[in-house]
Amino acid sequence: MPEITYKEALKRALREEMTRDKNVVIWGEDIVAYAGGGAYGVTTGLAKEFPDRVRDVPIAEEAIVGVALGAAMGGLRPVAEIMTVNFTLVAWDQIVQHVAKVSHMFNGQIKAPMVIRTPNGHGRTAATHSQNFDGWFAHVPGLKVVVPATPYDAKGLLKSAIRDDDPVVVLESINLYATKGEVPDAEYIVPIGVSDYKRRGSAVTIVSWGRMLVESLKAAELLSKEGIELEVVDLRSLRPLDLSLALESVRQTHRIIVVEEQMRTVGMGAEIAASIQEMAFNDLDAPVARVSGLDVPMPYARNLERATLPYAETVVEAVKAMIQKQY
Amino acid sequence: MDKDGLLNLYRQMQLIRAFEDASAQQYTRAKIGGFLHLYNGQEAVAVGASSALNPDDDVVCNYRDHGWGLVRGSTAREVMAELFGRATGTTGGRGGSMHVANVKHHFWGGYGIVGAHLPLATGLAVAAQYLGTGRITLCSMGDGSTNIGTFHAALNWAKLWNAPIIFMVENNQYAMGTPYEIHSPVPMSRKAASYDMYSEDVDGMDVMAVREALCRVADRARTGQGPSFLNVITYRYRGHSMADPDVQRSKEEINLWKQRDPITSFASNVLLKKGVTTAELEAIDAAVEAEVDDAVKFADASPEPARDTLFNYVYQQPVENMQIDGSLFKPPTLYRNGHAR
Repeated sequence: MPEITYKEALKRALREEMTRDKNVVIWGEDIVAYAGGGAYGVTTGLAKEFPDRVRDVPIAEEAIVGVALGAAMGGLRPVAEIMTVNFTLVAWDQIVQHVAKVSHMFNGQIKAPMVIRTPNGHGRTAATHSQNFDGWFAHVPGLKVVVPATPYDAKGLLKSAIRDDDPVVVLESINLYATKGEVPDAEYIVPIGVSDYKRRGSAVTIVSWGRMLVESLKAAELLSKEGIELEVVDLRSLRPLDLSLALESVRQTHRIIVVEEQMRTVGMGAEIAASIQEMAFNDLDAPVARVSGLDVPMPYARNLERATLPYAETVVEAVKAMIQKQY
Repeated sequence: MDKDGLLNLYRQMQLIRAFEDASAQQYTRAKIGGFLHLYNGQEAVAVGASSALNPDDDVVCNYRDHGWGLVRGSTAREVMAELFGRATGTTGGRGGSMHVANVKHHFWGGYGIVGAHLPLATGLAVAAQYLGTGRITLCSMGDGSTNIGTFHAALNWAKLWNAPIIFMVENNQYAMGTPYEIHSPVPMSRKAASYDMYSEDVDGMDVMAVREALCRVADRARTGQGPSFLNVITYRYRGHSMADPDVQRSKEEINLWKQRDPITSFASNVLLKKGVTTAELEAIDAAVEAEVDDAVKFADASPEPARDTLFNYVYQQPVENMQIDGSLFKPPTLYRNGHAR
């Protein structure tokens, strides 16, 4: 099977869905004129293929999301690109108060079939430009939230998101855009709200998503050399949250670690750990553990930035501490 | 406009007035909860504007929306039942006073967050333009919404894409309780001028003036001349909401505006001069009073929404979650290896 990048996988999903449905449009900042199309290049070239449907818009995120919502209500299927997740905060009122609520609050008279694509990430860009808000989006009923870790899932989940009749937030990762993986040429989708085993093993269950899923798989490779086989569950969606595989797995391994990129306090990991102990308390041989980012605004300095986020070695450390019964 | 058309404008304004008076009464009787923003004094704006639109044009407004609901296809029964929080209301008791909607008739709702509906309305217009439906969008707002970011972002975008939309400020001269000169440093029309947008100042106490202005800008939108801006000067007789003690405005000021009441002035300046009789008007007055009385009775007799509908339309297809059965507390399950102990 051919290998392509995460970024190319996203572009193929956009191209295929625009070809399939003429009501799919893409609006975003700097997705046409700038650098051939897109600050991170996901939309490069698409404006040439779909000239009236891929459009540059003003730097006004509240309008990008709000206009996309109105257009979705009016019959289009807009994909609103927010250049990075940091700028979604400008549109937070539109996302939480309107995109997520119009269908329920107006008693089903309104549908909002739209996608908000935006990447988490970091890269020496300091506190205002290096963030992860996975849990914030997942906290909002009415939104669906997907967090692909691989090129295969990035393509399949984005295609599902565009076809979905509910609003879907696609949280990509700047740090994954260049990663490669197998993606078939044939048509496929990945359903929203269905988790996936990315590696089978019996020592410890890892539950993760997005960039930390990739780091967890690296950790699994390292530990495998020492004879420790991790089972790695990729949530793929944070709302709806499918914990069925995590529970199935922990009933075999009896040990589980949630690995997340975002800050620890009141994060996704807390929700997942609470749910697992509610539903599998007697299966656990150890407390549910968390590996998370630190509760601190991201500094610019290289060493401090690195100290803020978990990596594969953090996962290795956490697994060893757990199986050596250090607590 | 023929006599029946003119009488219908009168009827709609009187219906809104009677409806709002009844709402205030039901609020004091605790039949209506939360916030209640009444339209008394501003009736000519919704009625005149609506009369210039096609029935399938898209309308979006803010939370002072009962009048808009009544002129865009909802019955007094449906709107009153919504204020009562009943299953028979415009949104089945989900949205309440601030979120009346009737999408079947292209009334996309009242929106509770100041200025937030302007991008949404722009999106509706952009969709109509893209799909070639020929519909135009009317987006009504208060003067207080002209300072927030979404106002400027929406006008900028609408002009840039030549969207078929009318931004209409119902300028009742107070942003909640703050007078215009305290919240805005420039005349209203200058705000539209920043975006090179066609604009007019309109007398919002004169239903025919509102109607005629709307006809002009609707024609612009329909013929590809893009967005327009209307600054409709009006006045609300009551406070911002029923919770407002309304101490910041003088009695003299309020009484001055009441002398230009949109309903009585329309009756004396237009209808009676065109040969309409006082008896005809009194018959309409009695009919709308009866319609509103019936609406209150209907609302009061209507059932509350069923509890098992609570999660409906959070998603189009039900999405499984631990609380979907309505349990606020669920005891943890004590399983081992998947088997209950």
